[in-house]
Amino acid sequence: MVDVVVNEVLVQKVAQNARLKLTEEELKKFTPQIREIILKAFNKLDEIIAEEEPSFQPIEQKNKLREDIPKKGFSQEEALENVKIDLRDLGYIKGPKVV
Amino acid sequence: MGRKESLKFFVENSKKDFSLVEENLHKIILELNASQNKKLNYIEEYDEKNVLQQLNDLKKNSSKGKLFGVPLTIKDSICVKDLETKAGSKILKGYKPLFDATVIKKAREEGAIILAKTTQDEFGFGTFSTNTEKIPKNPFDNERSCGGSSGSSAAFTAYTSRYHASIGESTGGSIACPSSFCGVTSITPTYGLVSRYGLIDYANSLDKIGSIGRNIEDVALLLNVISGEDNFDSTNIGKKFEIEEGSIQKIAIVKNFFENCSDEVKKIVLEKIDKLKEFVKIEEVELPLNSEYALSAYYIIATSEASTNLAKLSGLRYGVQGDVVGKHFDDYFSEIRSNYFSEETKRRIILGTFTRMSGFRDAYYLKALRVRTKLINEFNQQFKKYDLLLTPTMPMVPPKFSEIEKMTPLENFAMDLCTIPANLAGLPHSSCNAGFSKGLPVGLMAIAPHLQEQKLYSFGKVMELE
Repeated sequence: MVDVVVNEVLVQKVAQNARLKLTEEELKKFTPQIREIILKAFNKLDEIIAEEEPSFQPIEQKNKLREDIPKKGFSQEEALENVKIDLRDLGYIKGPKVV
Repeated sequence: MGRKESLKFFVENSKKDFSLVEENLHKIILELNASQNKKLNYIEEYDEKNVLQQLNDLKKNSSKGKLFGVPLTIKDSICVKDLETKAGSKILKGYKPLFDATVIKKAREEGAIILAKTTQDEFGFGTFSTNTEKIPKNPFDNERSCGGSSGSSAAFTAYTSRYHASIGESTGGSIACPSSFCGVTSITPTYGLVSRYGLIDYANSLDKIGSIGRNIEDVALLLNVISGEDNFDSTNIGKKFEIEEGSIQKIAIVKNFFENCSDEVKKIVLEKIDKLKEFVKIEEVELPLNSEYALSAYYIIATSEASTNLAKLSGLRYGVQGDVVGKHFDDYFSEIRSNYFSEETKRRIILGTFTRMSGFRDAYYLKALRVRTKLINEFNQQFKKYDLLLTPTMPMVPPKFSEIEKMTPLENFAMDLCTIPANLAGLPHSSCNAGFSKGLPVGLMAIAPHLQEQKLYSFGKVMELE
């Protein structure tokens, strides 16, 4: 049994982890909806004992291996085609600060 | 809306007379434009110059493939080179892929013309195609939904009278649901049969690209072309769907999947099943674990995987990009994601991030994966006795937009109760029209064991016998 209190503090914390800034209005709207889904739908699995191996895929998969042969990829120019013009800089992409 | 002949008939004749390709394409462009003028919202991206260029190239090409001259529409989440591809999301606005998804490459190699991208729920998050800017309307009643999330792939297939088919994608029922609501035919294949390379993913262990058409022959032909080996997708199982008959000795209806369906859906589906009893033995079974727990396990796995996948969308390199100067990466990424993801996407990201958090991961995500094994085993037990399992595709006829607005997110999730079990188990399934209730289509879903799509093909032919 998972003991969890789904309130605005928890929803806000999870949203921050996911790099989402919720407005006051969103927080008020989402909290009861998320509480209902977690308590009524997700916690329903507490009713069932499952000791089987987890199915990360629904069908058996085998690792695929290939020879490591270099192939031609996109040119630097092509790789930058979807980057906004003012964020391109001598073949690099300008990003936000990291420190 | 009717045309009787299959795509195969069109392709064979087109190989002898190219004017048939030109005539079909010009007429379908007129229909596409008419649908735009009527604001039916089926088309997300369309470039007429590009389409006419493909027609010219095809004329010069001496090799004539299995889809020679067939116009295809494509769910927006599948990458098409140089066509804006945004999976129905504002955050990917402006993104033009530099490459074709494998399914597009395979279709082009067989002579298909890529006509347009179709509207869908953002990232596939929805059952009614209402979670997007341009909401498509059901061709049978414009006040109603065409289903989701591959909504317009099915809706345009029903709308056009010309030779055409559509490539859709399903995570929890997104091919079968709109097929049911729009009265068309589809096959969602076994997980891994069709390469996902070039698909903007929703949930890696659930996503399947499949085919939608006017009849089972069209659906089978398209699936034959797009399935098969692909080294660009590590989960691709390297097998191809061949158009061959599959043996069907015994079928069962899943009795407890009918319990939450509306009376009108039950009536139409059971009447159709009664007619099928002339051709094949049909019994009844129950899948108690699937009907009780599939929805919960599915939404835990789907939101967990989706929240991870969407972490890469942060306003750098492609799609929407803002002003980075002077901003810390945390603030910049949060700003872009908060401004350009829809409410539904934010809700699912929060749910999926929660189920993967330290302290909750084993109780939710890992538990759901163990339950999934149990549910797959329950199906496999029945497949020892039966070749196919039947259920209604959707529990109701296409709802009105005004009815959808009143649903809570949990009520919305519950609408997928018939389609989710097969999707969670990665089992191939078809949806065929079973009839109409007050002019609205009702779909019947058939579920086959892994990699036995041929049984769905044979069943689809029986469904069309009348």
